[in-house]
Amino acid sequence: MRKLNRLLTVIAATSATLVSFTSAAAEVNIYSARKEALIKPVLEQFTEKTGIEVNLLTGKADALLARLGSEGENTPADLFLTVDAGALYRAVEADAFQPLNSKLVEKAVPEHFRSKDNLWFGLSLRARPIFYSPERVSPEKLESYLSLADEQWDDRICIRSSNNLYNQSLVAALIEHHGAEKTEAWAEDFVSNFARKPVGGDRDQIKGVAYGVCDIAVANTYYFGHMLNSDDADEREAAQKVKIFWPAQDAQGTHVNVSGIGITKHAKNVDEAQKLIEFLVSEESQKWYAQANYEYPVRDGVEWSETLQKWGEFKQDDISMDVLGENNGEAVRLMNRAGWR
Amino acid sequence: MSRGTLLLFAVAVLIGLPLIVVALSLLNPQWDILSHLWQTVIPEYISHSLILLICVGLGVTVLGVSTAWCISQYDFPGWRYLSWGLLLPLAMPAYITAYTYTGLLDYAGPVQQLIRQVFNVSIGDYWFPNIRSLGGAVFVLCVVLYPYVYLITRAAFMQQSTAAFESARTLGAGSFKSFWRVAMPLARPAIATGVTLALMETLADYGTMEYFGVTVFTTGIFRTWYGIGDAQGALQLSALLLIFVIVLIMIERYSRRRARFYQQRSSNRTPQRRPLKGWRAGFASFICWLPVVLGFLIPASQLLWWSVEKSDIWLEASFWVLTGNTLWLGLLAACITVLLALWLAYGRRRHPTRPLRAAITLAGMGYAIPGIVIAVGLLSPLAWFDHQIIAASKWLFGVNPGLIFSGTVIALLFAYSVRFLSVSLQTVSSGLEQITPQMDDSARTLGASGRRILWKVHLPLLKSPLLAALILVLVDVMKELPATLVLRPFDFNTLAVRAFEMASDERLADAGPPALMIVAVGLIPVMMLSRALRNKSIKTGD
Repeated sequence: MRKLNRLLTVIAATSATLVSFTSAAAEVNIYSARKEALIKPVLEQFTEKTGIEVNLLTGKADALLARLGSEGENTPADLFLTVDAGALYRAVEADAFQPLNSKLVEKAVPEHFRSKDNLWFGLSLRARPIFYSPERVSPEKLESYLSLADEQWDDRICIRSSNNLYNQSLVAALIEHHGAEKTEAWAEDFVSNFARKPVGGDRDQIKGVAYGVCDIAVANTYYFGHMLNSDDADEREAAQKVKIFWPAQDAQGTHVNVSGIGITKHAKNVDEAQKLIEFLVSEESQKWYAQANYEYPVRDGVEWSETLQKWGEFKQDDISMDVLGENNGEAVRLMNRAGWR
Repeated sequence: MSRGTLLLFAVAVLIGLPLIVVALSLLNPQWDILSHLWQTVIPEYISHSLILLICVGLGVTVLGVSTAWCISQYDFPGWRYLSWGLLLPLAMPAYITAYTYTGLLDYAGPVQQLIRQVFNVSIGDYWFPNIRSLGGAVFVLCVVLYPYVYLITRAAFMQQSTAAFESARTLGAGSFKSFWRVAMPLARPAIATGVTLALMETLADYGTMEYFGVTVFTTGIFRTWYGIGDAQGALQLSALLLIFVIVLIMIERYSRRRARFYQQRSSNRTPQRRPLKGWRAGFASFICWLPVVLGFLIPASQLLWWSVEKSDIWLEASFWVLTGNTLWLGLLAACITVLLALWLAYGRRRHPTRPLRAAITLAGMGYAIPGIVIAVGLLSPLAWFDHQIIAASKWLFGVNPGLIFSGTVIALLFAYSVRFLSVSLQTVSSGLEQITPQMDDSARTLGASGRRILWKVHLPLLKSPLLAALILVLVDVMKELPATLVLRPFDFNTLAVRAFEMASDERLADAGPPALMIVAVGLIPVMMLSRALRNKSIKTGD
């Protein structure tokens, strides 16, 4: 009997917490392809400011999207946040978003960094320039992504695998600017210039240049920022041996990608979700992005962090982010054929 | 079929559900994407996967059987420590071992830096094996996975009838000959079980392959899904992988189709451990130390080093929440999985009908399928159940109970059962195989009921395989990553998720503390396991 009593108490207590959990005041739920460490702090600021609780689930973009799809109208997610134009495009294709009409957000986010029907909005920009060793490469020899197919770079280039979304988006952009045929021919020569089979992440490519495995790498700037400001002396030292070159300045400009967010189609907490997006594009949060992750703010007129200022101004490729998504499948097939593993 | 068998059959099919979802994807083939993949990358996936399977299979057999033999037969300095030390690599997730070796052996790591300083050379002037390669992957998987073979084979060697072995020796066979002609053939089901587990784990590994840039089936599945955005194509590649596994299992079954290995437990003596002296003792120590050093001491020291660098993490409360989550989730999943395995293995023994056997085989194949594929195979059936329940509840009570199965711990537990049932099923079955049916018959003639036979005869004999299964699953769940990543609830993380997020952002030092904690938490069960095994051998020695 006592056992039964205890059991009943436990059940009562659990259901009480369950009820209090579901009836919690204001909350908003995010599925995020951005890792916890790179989003949680800013979400905590939001909660502090507004009192709205934020629940976070991180994971890979496509897996989260699949979960969103199978949960359908019963999904608990109000927002979907991800880090690549291709992934945002797939979310739009999967009909995962609903439009948001907020003058505030529209004013903050320039037109080519949000989707056509205001289904998603860019939060931060990630540039993908060329890194080189000033000892072994004179920057005059560098020009654009296309020129990396030249014979002079034979056995001298480090870049990560074609599994990587940033590479896929880069190739998708090249397809848009130069056509599929030319891009494929370029990819074949480019791949034959690789110094090694693609392994590792962007930092590994930059380290490859620092340690002399290769002379040139293509990588995202924020990895470089993290390395320059690392607590690990080796990593700082390695980064200092490498310099940034902004490619295609006389042509379309350096390739940039975007991280973005949208309200899910079946969101239950639309008002809170809107407030969170407005907070994320506010000047304060935009500054935080640049400071915490060395990304470029999507909003004009936000002061850059010191590290970003050192790298200097550059011309960005202002191709529509939707196009990167549209060309993504083609880009991967082309890379498969070119032997880019 | 009786009602009991029917229930059994239903449960086996339920566990196999995600695999059925995967297999059904073949009904609607995406010719376009498949033919593109076939022309460009699939031949490479197949050849790499085969090389990997053959090399890892040979490696774990050599490492696992030789160490099991030394530990179970000989008395040499340190064998007591080594007998559980050899299990330690079990606690290391393969991808974490891969991170640590990369940290050590990459061109930026301390080893190559030292070489460059001492010989005053620069990169390209000297030869050094590249750890991030197919060979590196084989190395890492061998040193991480051999304990499966060691654990199960050692138990078999220790339980082998002393009589058979001693007869061989009295008939004049030397120890080498008696090993090859008597011990090895008797231990074959155990070795096969261990190697099959190791190979299934090899096929499902994603973390190591991705990190080392090795293109195999698993990485292809991810690439098709995340890269081309084609979930159907990815499922179909998984289905091909499933066929691969079925073939593997059939080969294993066929190779021992006529063999039935029952121990005659007439003699209750433990085999006499023979003392080794001089170079023989040194050789045995070397054989046993090598995998411990490579699979545990070196990677664990690297983790420790990183953890000291990031010592402030140990003070964060959230870190201990992670540890707690990981532990209770693992324990719960391990209990569920082992109970299921016991029930299914029993059912198969008592009612070996063809459909039931097929269903159980299906339920045991989840181990070779990448966790992510299982997760995706589970998403739609779970969501379907949820939608039905919500609709019914709204109609009956006007209340929306929310998602009960998807995005909750239930989904995670389901996925773990699918993925790890095989580990417990194989361990329990190979234990059951060693109990002769005559034993059941004698008990029954003595008037014991089926339940009594279970409690008084089988469970005591099954104690060590059951415990082994429990601990193997516990350790596996704590290391599991991809399914946890997809199915877990809001604000719920595990140590593996944290370690992975840090490492995939190339912050290896930050991945140190959670990885070390997985190992530390995994060590406790490994110790328990070895103690339980030791107590058991002492008891039978009385």
